[in-house]
Amino acid sequence: MEKVKCECGHLNPYGTYLCESCGKPLKEEKGKVANMRYEGVARRSQTYKQTPIDKIWNFFSSVKVGIWIIVLLLLTSSLGTLFPQEMYIPPGENPTLYYEQEYGLAGKLYYQLGFHNLYSSWWYMLLIASLGVSLVIASLDRVVPLYRALKTQRVTRHEGFLKRQRIFGEATGITDPDSEMAKAEEILKEKRYNVRRENGNILAEKGRFARWGPYVNHVGLIIFLIGGMLRFFPGMYLDAHVWVREGEQEVISGTNGEYFLRNNEFLIELYDEEDEKYREALQRTGSPVVKTYQTSATLLKRSNEGTVGSETELEEVKDYDIRVNDPLTFEGFSLYQVDYKLNELSQFTFTLENESDENLSDEIQFQVDLNDPQKLYEFDNGYRIEIMEYFPNFVLDDNREPSTLNRIPDNPRIIFEVFPPDVNHEEESGEISLIGIQVNEALNGENDHTIRMLDVEMVDVTGLTIRKDHTLPIISIGGIIFMIGLIQGSYWHHRRIWIQNREGTLLLAGHANKNWQALKNDFQLISDNTHIPSPKDQTEKEDEGVSQNNDPTKQ
Amino acid sequence: MIQLSSNFMYAAFFLYLAATIFFAVSITGKKFKNKQGNEVNKAGMFGFISALLAVLSMLAYFTTRWIAVGYAPVSNMFEYTVALGMATSIGFVIIYALYRNNYLGLFTMPIVMLIVAYASMFPGEVQPLIPALQSHWLTIHVITTVIGQGILAIGFVGGLLYLIRVINFKESSKKVKGVEFILFTLLSTVAYVAMGFGFGASNYEATFEYVNEQGNPAEMIYLFPPLIGPNEGELISEQGMSPVIDAPAIIQSADLNTVIWAVLGGVVLFLLLRLILRQPIGGAIQPLLKNVNPQTVDEISYRAIAIGFPVFTLGGLIFAMIWAQIAWTRFWGWDPKEVWALITFLFYAAYLHLRLSKGWHGEKSAWLCVIGFALIMFNLIFVNLVIAGLHSYA
Ligand code: HEM
Repeated sequence: MEKVKCECGHLNPYGTYLCESCGKPLKEEKGKVANMRYEGVARRSQTYKQTPIDKIWNFFSSVKVGIWIIVLLLLTSSLGTLFPQEMYIPPGENPTLYYEQEYGLAGKLYYQLGFHNLYSSWWYMLLIASLGVSLVIASLDRVVPLYRALKTQRVTRHEGFLKRQRIFGEATGITDPDSEMAKAEEILKEKRYNVRRENGNILAEKGRFARWGPYVNHVGLIIFLIGGMLRFFPGMYLDAHVWVREGEQEVISGTNGEYFLRNNEFLIELYDEEDEKYREALQRTGSPVVKTYQTSATLLKRSNEGTVGSETELEEVKDYDIRVNDPLTFEGFSLYQVDYKLNELSQFTFTLENESDENLSDEIQFQVDLNDPQKLYEFDNGYRIEIMEYFPNFVLDDNREPSTLNRIPDNPRIIFEVFPPDVNHEEESGEISLIGIQVNEALNGENDHTIRMLDVEMVDVTGLTIRKDHTLPIISIGGIIFMIGLIQGSYWHHRRIWIQNREGTLLLAGHANKNWQALKNDFQLISDNTHIPSPKDQTEKEDEGVSQNNDPTKQ
Repeated sequence: MIQLSSNFMYAAFFLYLAATIFFAVSITGKKFKNKQGNEVNKAGMFGFISALLAVLSMLAYFTTRWIAVGYAPVSNMFEYTVALGMATSIGFVIIYALYRNNYLGLFTMPIVMLIVAYASMFPGEVQPLIPALQSHWLTIHVITTVIGQGILAIGFVGGLLYLIRVINFKESSKKVKGVEFILFTLLSTVAYVAMGFGFGASNYEATFEYVNEQGNPAEMIYLFPPLIGPNEGELISEQGMSPVIDAPAIIQSADLNTVIWAVLGGVVLFLLLRLILRQPIGGAIQPLLKNVNPQTVDEISYRAIAIGFPVFTLGGLIFAMIWAQIAWTRFWGWDPKEVWALITFLFYAAYLHLRLSKGWHGEKSAWLCVIGFALIMFNLIFVNLVIAGLHSYA
């Protein structure tokens, strides 16, 4: 489309309302006050409305649409807090049943509509994506022409432009306009305005950079959203869990077997109920309150010097007390204290008894490590004890066969076979018994010998979450840019004051993108110190005036 | 030390009261004008000074309590709500410095008093902090958030002021009902606090044995006379009365009972006022505000939100995410409290866009300010006490 030439000589893009340079109205507008939202520039969305691309562009660049997206997000987000999300229902519960059981019909519906995973549903994602698209398009639609217009603007403005500003006044009969204007200029400079003069006219401007605030914050938001979106790509972040027993070490997943963590000690500290300070509160709640969860850990690294294959060569990297709110971090990894298990069985000590031999129990004593039991125990007096089967977490399976749930020794059962010295272990079978906590059964008839448990040892186990998140830097940068833009656009604002001398008549006009009161105060200051009167707020008398300046049909 | 900090809080309370009175005088008192037409009634200035002293006294409360308990005193409902009262008065001081509007003072000071009084309904003893709450980031997060909310609360006060100023109370309309509802809510809070102090002073306590959600016997203490009893409840204390009806086990009947008392109290106060005034309460306040310039109040409420929004975002979302990353291994987990902070954020973002581009000034904008504050209170009270998530205190 062809450009529009203004009488001042400036070539404006097609669709311009107010000449970018002198501000002369190029199109008729309703109302006394010009719509200054974007300096009357030509915005793509207001100018081109034909092709499908135009239509999409115009749809997303509309703030009305943007607001609808925000409101829809807000409303749907609140639905997700009606009942707990799936990740917050008690572990082990079946969501299919849980919601109906707990919340009746409403719960069932909630589950069937997928609201138990609302924030990862496709339509919620779609809303967030549209927010992002809308942010990009709406910002581009405005920032480019706005930037050009503010850069191109001239000091001397067309009279029609000045008259159609919200703040406008004419002053006639001033004896020495030039010196009055010089005084005004000084005052404005003192108020830290950036003053430009041209042909005796003044343009005083302040805080233009605040105009970029919204665009900067939108860019921050977009970066933040991109960072969030990256989490859907595999490998962008690691979320693993590890249990480490006291005294043991486990490999840290995600490190290619390079790093290990040793749990030196796990401890829980409670608040002292006798403590004067907390007595009242502790009595009211009636239950002990935890003060600290802590894993005293050592980070180990496989040393490079060790010969190939000798995997146990581990070098201590550092000692750290991992606590809630105080993770251990290294090379982008973080280990968090999230769980624990106290008093897990770790070792049984047994002895062997025989009614006819009182000394036997002194001679035979042995330990079974429940996490890594030895298969065979041989004694000097010729006795031999074998472990035939070991069930760390004993259950009877569906076929009523003994089995184990997992490798965690929560309910250990051991089947021992005892060979006294006179029995040949290769040819004959020994006495077989099943041993566990409070369990001691002979499995092949009467036994002469009894295995008796002497001692039980337990350890504490710490549960740690391992995290590495490559999206964090992006998300942080997005957040920082967002905050900068937000502050830039909220705590500063853009004001302009025009004073023009037309053959002795002073034309005064002012524009602020918000906080008009401050602009008016500046005019007041001028009029207090010069003979230039304060201009009027043209919207003040008519109550509807304010919205005229922001006529929705013009957005 | 705790005693000292409480004394500072009481002092602040009376200073808020003094400020209210000064602001009232500045508005209703005789208008003295000098030749230039400037106001020479100094009451407004005294009001501002009182408010400033109250803020200082609150800060003294905050500091001494911090020293006494050993952590930032924003860790339970009592402490947080007091801090919200303090933050609201800080917000007021900031906005007053910009606009010097005495009407805003007349409205804000009583609301701050109400918030502080409401806070004192919660147990105020020193509480041990669980490990998840022992963090500097938590301190930074909560303090920033509360200041943001306090400034946003001034937006609400401005909005309310605007509505009472411009709405036509002569004819019954939805708007009139809306304003009356806001005032009713405030009156219910007044009633709740007054009754709470009354029953508290007389050491009222009714204890029930009841069957809880899991079907186990348990005990429940009522601080208000039981209108609604617990599930299969049996009164075991001397004080108390037999309830009219028993609540099902899933409902915290003592809390529900308290809410019912508050609403009943609010109804009584409201009807009483209506009877005395013989018109909507808002309509009775309106003549006091005839000198208020609606455009100025409109700008004040917008300004409060424009100032409060970045602070709230920084505290309630950004610092919150940093803390969540450290304490809970992820910066965002869709916990109800987080979601409601996001909703509050989105709501004010929508407000700013509506105002900026759709020209939602004046009345519409004022209603939005009211709703925004309702969201903040909802997040504080309802989400904390009812939708118990990871954040729930007490
Ligand atoms: C949650 C998401 C968003 C946030 C937090 C946000 C934040 C902001 C803020 C703080 C302002 C400045 C307001 C003021 O100065 O009073 C602003 C302005 C603006 N926003 Fe957004 N925004 C969001 C989403 C959107 C979307 C989806 C659109 C798309 C239509 C949009 C379009 C605009 C426009 C056109 C402006 C005016 C810029 C100007 O001054 O010329 N925003 N935004």
